[in-house]
Amino acid sequence: MTPDFSKNHFALFDLVPSFELDLSALEAAYREVQREVHPDRFAGANDAERRVAAQWATQANEAYKTLRTPLARGRYLLRLAGIDTEEESNTAMPREFLMGQMAWREAVVDARESGDIDALDRLANEHRVAERALVAELAAQLADLSNEALLQGAKLTVRKLRFLEKLGEEIDLAQEAIEGS
Amino acid sequence: MAYSSKVIDHYENPRNVGSFGRDEEGVATGMVGAPACGDVMKLQIKVGANGIIEDAKFKTYGCGSAIASSSLVTEWVKGKSIDEASQIKNTQIAEELALPPVKIHCSILAEDAIKAAIADYKAKHGEALKDAAE
Repeated sequence: MTPDFSKNHFALFDLVPSFELDLSALEAAYREVQREVHPDRFAGANDAERRVAAQWATQANEAYKTLRTPLARGRYLLRLAGIDTEEESNTAMPREFLMGQMAWREAVVDARESGDIDALDRLANEHRVAERALVAELAAQLADLSNEALLQGAKLTVRKLRFLEKLGEEIDLAQEAIEGS
Repeated sequence: MAYSSKVIDHYENPRNVGSFGRDEEGVATGMVGAPACGDVMKLQIKVGANGIIEDAKFKTYGCGSAIASSSLVTEWVKGKSIDEASQIKNTQIAEELALPPVKIHCSILAEDAIKAAIADYKAKHGEALKDAAE
């Protein structure tokens, strides 16, 4: 094992940087690294070797977690391309999109307050469809990682997916609240 | 995390929640969102012919700090001119509400919301603003 901690998450698993990813190949590569750096294999090793193995395991965990989900993978590909998605600092979003989010969040609150589980199921469905559409859009935008205009579009899509993620959490919480009452 | 008493006050008794009618005179809207936490904020101002903000309303889907920040800002902008309102800084909001560092972005959201509302007003009523200044 020759750890190179400067490798990017894809290279760590011998994968080509790409949004379309063979998840079973990712899984297999992750298991392989986990096996190689398992503490049991370093029982007789010295401190330095154990430290390197632990560091290697941490990086593999982080890489796996990042590449596994479309949102994190998309954000990471943009970062590799030098684009910051500014999710912490930039509050400007297309007005239409925000109005749509607001209407959805309002509907979730209303359904929660009136205990309308059917309405929540409908919202959960709409949410799934919208999220899937955004992931498909992101895949198209990240198909060519050298196209700056498409990458800027991908940045917006990643930002939108963050709102969808939050909406999904709110729907889950509302469903739990109603079912638990 | 413990909220300050001012945050709790605004959260439990938010001021100026709601929306203005679609066709009301002098109304402008700022919509902003924070991807990091999925918060969405709509802040509206109603500006009189003299360029003074007569009323303000908000609707926020987010945490207590985001709701308190927008509630506070709607109180602050009332009676101010457009220019005065545009001077409001997130640091003032954070200080007033004693927001912890991890919630500073809520105050930034509120500052950006009032700026967006003012920009919307200027885009819609640029001429009226000039007349009032003369």
